[in-house]
Amino acid sequence: MIPQTFEYTAPKTLDEAMALLASGGKPLAGGMSLIPMMKLRLATPEHLVDLGRIKDLDYIREAAGELHIGATTTHYSVESSALVRGKCPLLSAAAGAIGDPQIRNVGTMGGSVAHADPAADYPAALQALEAKIVIRGAKGERTVSAADFFVDAFTTSLESGEVVREVVVPVEQAGTGTSYLKMPQPASGFAIVGVAVRVQRSGGKITLARIGVTGLSNIGYRAWAAEKALEGSAGSADDITKAAALVAQGIDANSDLHASADYRRHLASVYAARAITAAASKA
Amino acid sequence: MATTIIQTEKLVGKRIRRREDPRLITGTATYVDDMQMPGMHHAAIVRSPHAAAKIRSISIKAAAEAPGVVAVFTGKDTEKVGPVPCGASLPGLRVPHHYILAIDRVYLVGHPVAVVVATDRYLARDAADLVEVDWEVLPAVADPEKAIAPGAPPVHPQWPDNVAFVYNQEGGDVDKAFAEAEVIVKQRITSQRLIPSAMETRGVLAEWRGADRQMTLYTSTQVPHLVRTLVAGMLGLEENRMRVVAPEVGGGFGSKLNIYPEEALMGFVSMKIGKPVKWIESRRENFLCTIHGRGHVDYFEVAAKKDGTILGIKLKLIQDQGAYHQLLGPAIPTLSVLMMPGLYRTKNIRAEVIGVFTNCTPTDAYRGAGRPEATHGIERMVDILADELGIDPAEIRLKNFVHNEEFPFPTATGLTYDSGDYAAPLQKAMGIVDYTKLRAEQAAARKQGKLMGIGICTYGEICGFGPSPATPAGGWECGTVRVEPSGKVTLLTGSCHHGQGEETTFAQLAADELGVDIDDILVLRGDTAIVPYGIGTFGSRATAIGGTALYYAMQDLKVKMKKFGAIMLDSHDVSYANGQVVCNKMGKSVSFKEIAAASYRAMKLPPNTEPGLVSTHFWEPPNFTFGFGAHIAVTEIDPETGQITVRRYLAVDDCGNIINPLIVDGQVHGGVAQGMGQALWEQAVYDDNGQLVTGEYTDYTMPRAHMMPWIESQHTTTPSPVNPLGVKGVGEAGTIGASPSLVNSVVDALSHLGVRHIDMPLTPEKIWKLVAGGKN
Repeated sequence: MIPQTFEYTAPKTLDEAMALLASGGKPLAGGMSLIPMMKLRLATPEHLVDLGRIKDLDYIREAAGELHIGATTTHYSVESSALVRGKCPLLSAAAGAIGDPQIRNVGTMGGSVAHADPAADYPAALQALEAKIVIRGAKGERTVSAADFFVDAFTTSLESGEVVREVVVPVEQAGTGTSYLKMPQPASGFAIVGVAVRVQRSGGKITLARIGVTGLSNIGYRAWAAEKALEGSAGSADDITKAAALVAQGIDANSDLHASADYRRHLASVYAARAITAAASKA
Repeated sequence: MATTIIQTEKLVGKRIRRREDPRLITGTATYVDDMQMPGMHHAAIVRSPHAAAKIRSISIKAAAEAPGVVAVFTGKDTEKVGPVPCGASLPGLRVPHHYILAIDRVYLVGHPVAVVVATDRYLARDAADLVEVDWEVLPAVADPEKAIAPGAPPVHPQWPDNVAFVYNQEGGDVDKAFAEAEVIVKQRITSQRLIPSAMETRGVLAEWRGADRQMTLYTSTQVPHLVRTLVAGMLGLEENRMRVVAPEVGGGFGSKLNIYPEEALMGFVSMKIGKPVKWIESRRENFLCTIHGRGHVDYFEVAAKKDGTILGIKLKLIQDQGAYHQLLGPAIPTLSVLMMPGLYRTKNIRAEVIGVFTNCTPTDAYRGAGRPEATHGIERMVDILADELGIDPAEIRLKNFVHNEEFPFPTATGLTYDSGDYAAPLQKAMGIVDYTKLRAEQAAARKQGKLMGIGICTYGEICGFGPSPATPAGGWECGTVRVEPSGKVTLLTGSCHHGQGEETTFAQLAADELGVDIDDILVLRGDTAIVPYGIGTFGSRATAIGGTALYYAMQDLKVKMKKFGAIMLDSHDVSYANGQVVCNKMGKSVSFKEIAAASYRAMKLPPNTEPGLVSTHFWEPPNFTFGFGAHIAVTEIDPETGQITVRRYLAVDDCGNIINPLIVDGQVHGGVAQGMGQALWEQAVYDDNGQLVTGEYTDYTMPRAHMMPWIESQHTTTPSPVNPLGVKGVGEAGTIGASPSLVNSVVDALSHLGVRHIDMPLTPEKIWKLVAGGKN
C-alpha cells in the first residue's frame, strides 16, 4: 500500500496553485478517492498540488439569493453549516449521507464534484438544485451548470489545468420541500441508488419538480420524465408512484456485485417515491 | 509479622476494566511494525497476478540495480527452505509441496514469487515493480463444485480430479434411521468464504546474529512456540537457536494460528544479508495471502418422526481448501462433522467430507473453525424440519435436546459433552423476549402485509482445545507463576492472547488465588525466551487450559510458601490465606512479601526445599469443554427493498463459570458482530479466473459499528467438571450462534411466502427477489 514516488506542493494561494497545475500538477482536495488509488498504484501522479492550504477556497457564503461554497469546504462543514442547513437543506442532507465521519471530515466538496464518481451523493443533489459550478482555469473563470458539468463516469467538463473553485446553489424558496434518500453500498458507503428531490407546491399543485439520481448509471442525472409527470399534478400518492416509476426510464443501469441492473432500477423508483413523498410533505 | 488477617475482596466474577486497554486505545502499544532495529532492512514481496500460470522466466536485473536494493531472491534461492507445513493428517491426504517462493508455477493470485530487500520500505516496494516475470497463463478454477466436475482445470497437475482428501465418519445406524423415518428433509446449505480481517495485518521482523548463531523472529502470531519449532525446522536451524516473539498482536481470529511463507522467508533473508529485515503485510496482501475461513457447500438430510424426533443426519460436505493446505486446513471440516449433531440426542450420523483444491487462498481456522458451519447447517435443518411438520421451532429443539441426566453425554461423532442444561438458555431467552407475545405480534403483522421474523439458534461448541490425542500438536498448556524477591508476581502463560483480555482475567484469577493485589501482578506471554513452552490462543482454550495450568502452578507455589512460612513462624500447623501464611494456633502470620524475600535470601531453608518461588505446571485437559446457548434474532424486512432490520438480538450463553463478565460481554458482542457479518454482508467472491473480486474493503463488507443492533448478552451457568475453574470458553460462541439465528429469523419472516432456505449473505437483492417472486 505504498504509492509511487511523487512530488507534493501545498500552495497558499489559488494563483500559485494554478501555476503549478499548468505545469502538469494534479490537484489534491481531500484525497478520499485519489489517495487510495495511489496506494494501490492505480493512480500514479508525479506531482500533487494540495489545495487544502488555500484559505480562500474554504468558505460558505450567501449572496444574492445563492449560497457559494468554496471547493475545499469539507463535507462535514457543508453538512453542519447552519447557513446550508437553513437555506439549502437538500445539500446538507446529501453531504451528511457521504461515507462516514472520518471521510466527511477530510473529503471536500470540490474534490468530490471534480472526481465525478457516478455513485457519489453530491451529483444527485446538485442536479436537483440546478447548481452551478464555477471553474478556474489559466485564462480566468467560467461557470457551467451541473447538468453540463457531469459528462460521464469520472469525467467532467473540466479542461486540463482547470479546477473547481466553488459550487453555487440557490437559496431555498418558500413553499419548497426537499429530500435526499439513498441505499448505500454497504462496504463503500457510496450510493447503490440515491435520489434527491426538490418540489414546490402552489394552489394544491406541484408547480416545480427537480429530481436528481445517482448510483444508477454512469452519471448523476436529472430524471426529466419523472419531473414532467409530477409537475402540474396534485402530488397524490398515485401521482408520485407514477412519476417515480419514470426515474430510470431510458437509463442504462449499472450492474455489479452489490446490485443488478434490474434491482437498481427497482430501487430507483422506490427511493424516488419515498423521496418525493418526503419532499412534498415539506413543501 | 502481623497478626491481623485481611479478608481481600474477591475479583473473579467482577466486571474489571481491561488492564491492557489504555495502551491499545491510546495507540501506544508495540506491534511488529512499531519495532525498529539498527541496520534494519525492508522486504517487499513480488506476487502472482494470475491464479494459475507457469513461470517461463524471472528477470531480477532491473530490481537488483534499483536504488537502495541490497538483494533479490527468487524460488531458486529458497528451494531448500522447508515447505510451509500442514499439521493436519487425514488418511489419503494429498499434500502439495508448499515452497515459500514459487519455483516454476503459481497456484493462486498473490502467490509469492520473489522478495526484494532494500534499505527502505518505499524503495523495496518501488523495486518490486521492476521484477519481470514471463508468465504462461493457465486456466484456473475457483469454485469447489466446479473443481470436482469432470473437465475442470487441475489446480495441481499431479491430481487432476482436484480432490485433496475424502473423509468419512459414521456413527449409529443411519440406514435404519432413514428407513424408519416418517419424514426426510434435504437442503443444500452454503457457508461462504470469509476474509478474517484482523485489525493488524501480519508482519515479520527477523534478526539473525550470525556470530551468536541466534535468530529472533518477531511475528504477529497466536502461536509463537509452534512458529519457533516449525520455522526453525524450515530453515534448518536448531530450535534452541530460534527465539520467537509475538509482540502486541492486533487480532487474529484464527488467521494467525498458522505458519506462513513470509516467516521463514524473512528468517532466510536475514541470514543471507546478515541484517535485520522487516516485512509488513499490506491490506491487499492480507486479503489474498492470509488464510480465509469457511468455504463450505453442505448437502444435509435429516430423518425424523412426525412428532419432530430427529432420527438421523446425513451430510455431504464439500470443503474449498484453496490451492494449498495451511497448518490445519484439512482438519477444519472434520470439526464440522464432530459438531453436526448439535445439542440433539440423535446417535445416527453419516458424513462424507470432500476437500477440494481450487486456485484460491487456502482456507483454515477462522473464529469458530468448522463449528459455525456445522451449527448453521443443523440449526437451519431443524427449522426446515419444524416448518415441514408445522411444529414451533422452539418446541422441536426442546424435544430433541440431550437430557440433563444424560451428561456426560457420548455423541454419535465420538465426543463426550461434559455438562449442560440445554433447555435452560432457550427457556430463559424465550422468557426475556416474551416469545408467545412475539409470535402473536408476527401473526398480526402478517395480516397487515408486514414481514417480521423470529429466529432461534441453539448451539453447542467445542471449547478448550483440547486433549492432546485429539489435536495435531499438544493440547495442553503451560503456566508459570514466579514470585519476585520484592513480592511482585509474574505470570508466564503459554497462551498467547491477542485481544482476549487475559492480562486481566489471569490477573484476577491469581489475585484471588494468591490473595495479592491485582496491581502487583504482571502477565507475560508471547516470547519463547520467557515462557517455558506453550501451545497458544485459539479454539476458546486460553482460560480453560491456560488458566487452569496457572491455577495448578499457584497451588504448588502455595505449598512451597507454606513451607517457608512454617519455618519463619516456627510452627508446623500453618495455613495459607489471603496472601499470608498463618500459624493456626498462635494466629501470627507472615506476609507474602516477607516470604518472598526470605525464599530468595535463603538464610534458612525448609527441609528439602530449594530457594526461590517459581512454579511451572503443564496441564493436560481430560476432555474438551462444551459451551452452549440460545440466540434469538427478531428481524423486520422492508418488502419494497429487501432490506433487513435487526430489531432485537439476544444472546443467552452458557460458558460455565465467568471470571470477568465485562470481557465475556465483549467476546459475545464481537462474536455476534462477526456472525452477523457472515449472515448479512461478508463474502469473498472470486471470478472464474480466480481473481478476488472483493479484494478491498470497498467491496468486502466488514460490519461497522453503525451497522450493528444493540446486542443483549445474558447467561446461564453450568460449571464444567473438566477443570477446577469450572470454565468452558466463550471466544467463538457469538459467531456460532449469530448466523443461524439471523438466517432463521429472515426465513421465518418469509416462510408464509414459501421460502424455506436462503444462502448467506442475505443481501437485500436476494430478499427482494424472494419477496417479489415468492419462491425459494
